[in-house]
Amino acid sequence: MNKQKTVLFACGTGIATSTVVAHAVEDALKERGIRINTRQCKATEVASNIDDVDLVVSTAQLPKDLGKPSITTLAFLTGIGKTDVLDQIEAALRD
Amino acid sequence: MAQALIEHLDPGAILLGVRAASDREVIELLAERLFALGYVRESYGEAVLAREASLPTGLPLGADGNVAVPHTDPEHVLKAGIAFASLAEPVEFANMENPEEKLKVRLVFLMALNDKDKQIELLQEIAGTIQSPELIAALGQAKSTQDVLQLLR
Repeated sequence: MNKQKTVLFACGTGIATSTVVAHAVEDALKERGIRINTRQCKATEVASNIDDVDLVVSTAQLPKDLGKPSITTLAFLTGIGKTDVLDQIEAALRD
Repeated sequence: MAQALIEHLDPGAILLGVRAASDREVIELLAERLFALGYVRESYGEAVLAREASLPTGLPLGADGNVAVPHTDPEHVLKAGIAFASLAEPVEFANMENPEEKLKVRLVFLMALNDKDKQIELLQEIAGTIQSPELIAALGQAKSTQDVLQLLR
């Protein structure tokens, strides 16, 4: 069993939207048998919070060249393409 | 179904079939209602517009049935409330995940929130609401405040 991965959830202010998305992703991954640690911050502050993070999931535009895998998606708010994005997240965490 | 949303949606701040030329005009109309009803400070409307310019809130649902959820910082809010507008013709909001992309928005939920937990709960309910294409279509066609509240129940 691999070590539990850490996902950093970002949104405009790092408060509400990222919490909604973090809960949705955490629950959906649990159903797939994957447990994650979650963290949150503002999209503009991702670069300074990324050191021990395995993946960034954001609802707002991220700075370029973060040096870590990142996914920008609204699927967990709109429901559109949710399964595909979950597959991407799962793949990124299994690497 | 969307209990917190119904509780915070003020019937006096539900505007249906609104004709507006821009996202600014819709936000101003709804913010005026929230101000008149005592939910927000006078600074609220401009603060929402400023936030929308840097951190847009348009959510793509496909075609021209998109939704926007404008909001701003708690210091402009006196008590938690939500205003809602359906538009006769869509207006453009920038996409939350890509500000360069414009979305044709037909439904706007303007959120005035000053409590983090409440904000999360309401956003979750709005997300739940917009994940139903039938509900979105019905909200766009709602003719009365009662229709809107009934649909969310």
